[in-house]
Amino acid sequence: MSKTVKNIDTSIILIPNKVDNRNKTMISIIMLGVVVLVILPLIPMIMWAFSERWLFPTLVPENLSLRPWRSAFRAGSNVFPAFKNSLFIATVVTFVSICIGIPAGRALGMYKFRFKTLAQFFILAPSIIPGLAVTMGMHIVFIKIGLSNSVIGVMLVHLLKTIPYMTIALTGVFANYNPEFEEQARILGANKTKTFFLITLPAIAPGIITGGLFAFIISWGEYIMTVLIGGGRVITMPLLLFSFVGSGDNGMTSTLGIIFLLPTIILLIFSAKFLSQNAAGSANSYSK
Amino acid sequence: MNLKTNTKIALLLLPAVAVILFLFVGGLIFGILQSLEVNPFTGSFRDIKIDSYKTIFATATFRTSFIMTFFIALTATFLSMVFAIITALMLRKTFVGKKLVAFTYQIPIPMPHIVVAVGVMMLLSQSGLFSRIFYHLGVTSVPSDFPVLVKDDLGIGIILVYLWKQIPYIGVIVLAILQSVATDYEEVAHSLGASKWQSFRHVLLPLIIPGITPASIVCFSFAFGAYEVPFLMGKTRPTMLSVYSYQLYESLDLVGRPQAMAVSVFVALFVMLLVVAYQKIIMKASGRS
Repeated sequence: MSKTVKNIDTSIILIPNKVDNRNKTMISIIMLGVVVLVILPLIPMIMWAFSERWLFPTLVPENLSLRPWRSAFRAGSNVFPAFKNSLFIATVVTFVSICIGIPAGRALGMYKFRFKTLAQFFILAPSIIPGLAVTMGMHIVFIKIGLSNSVIGVMLVHLLKTIPYMTIALTGVFANYNPEFEEQARILGANKTKTFFLITLPAIAPGIITGGLFAFIISWGEYIMTVLIGGGRVITMPLLLFSFVGSGDNGMTSTLGIIFLLPTIILLIFSAKFLSQNAAGSANSYSK
Repeated sequence: MNLKTNTKIALLLLPAVAVILFLFVGGLIFGILQSLEVNPFTGSFRDIKIDSYKTIFATATFRTSFIMTFFIALTATFLSMVFAIITALMLRKTFVGKKLVAFTYQIPIPMPHIVVAVGVMMLLSQSGLFSRIFYHLGVTSVPSDFPVLVKDDLGIGIILVYLWKQIPYIGVIVLAILQSVATDYEEVAHSLGASKWQSFRHVLLPLIIPGITPASIVCFSFAFGAYEVPFLMGKTRPTMLSVYSYQLYESLDLVGRPQAMAVSVFVALFVMLLVVAYQKIIMKASGRS
């Protein structure tokens, strides 16, 4: 489950009272604990990904090796098609959810209307209510109209997961958005398309990028919906990862797991670099 | 509000609502129909049979799986809330290297569950890193001396994966609340002579709980219905309901599919009911204070 990143603007949280030295040491120890706990699950994965053999009870791999990487990147490896499938599916799903999320976010963020709470709940429902029943129920329809075992069918069910998050992210952005600039542009003679691309889009870009990266990661990491609707024919990265976990090849599993983290790493770099200034808007969107 | 604005709002919402109506509501209705053994295309309502519900409710595996699912989702969510509040309260104090810690704290949020599960498995399994460390410390002498934490009876491995993911997810929201409003109120409470515990219990907590309610609902329903982590880290039987449902779906037995649908429809409706009830309780409680 991936969610909107809420960046912490650290400059605001200055507590005026003095922290004495003993307290300081304790905080440092606890915080070191937080960092260690976060990094911990990644350590054995990185070690496995670069080892030839690592039998119990040795603490570090007997010899370093690039074997899993070589076999992941060798010609004819099944990693390439899976990576391509995942990349294609997640990109299209992200793009479509942005296109659907922008108008929905605008309606929910900028207007007050009668059935707003209902509309909000309706759009968020797929992110709260477990989707297995929905996917299983839809499977028979997809078989009937020829969408089962197809990439398009897989994309359609992924949309159910990504549209709610995209809409939440953009509702927050539009809640702090000033439409007067659009009016000014229109008065100055810009048409609707021009106004959207030159005024609206740049203003909501941070929300689109964060929301989009999250939508991408959701689609990228989806397993059970892909298996059900794709019928095992649409092989994506999660399917490949699961098959390696099943085979017990820890080296390949770890290597694939690290490749799998690429979009997450991009998102983290992005959020660390660019979003610390613009955090307030998107941070508050969730608690509203 | 004029008619034109209303039309505009409706048009803006149309694409999202259409997708959710067709895929989500449609899928749910088709799932319910099939769980009642009604063919959605050719069947009629006279075909309705509740046999699959009767069968699964009478099955011991279903009942233990349900208890296990509820236990794991509730434990993971409650502990996530507790640790989220504790870590957020610690994080807001100023200290050297704080920015780095604050960034590290957020790393789990965009991490895919599957990868986390794989990592935790390599850490906690009986031949995992911790088991090796215990061997070298002389605590254990063979892998089987190490406690079973993956594919165990209580779902400890599953809970730990969810904790790792959810503590920061709820924690950043607590931090946002602490940053925005809580500090002022806390200072007032302090100047009025409230102790640290009093101002936490009567000032901070009532501000935090309603704020993290949506996030904790998301966490609970996710943990209750997700497939990936219990498939990788849970036992095969009893297991969490999502895995049980898919096992039935894939079984060659003819009654497998309606029963699988019955289990997953039960999961969806149960979560829906709990969400509504929980929100009512929280709204009532926060309205009173």
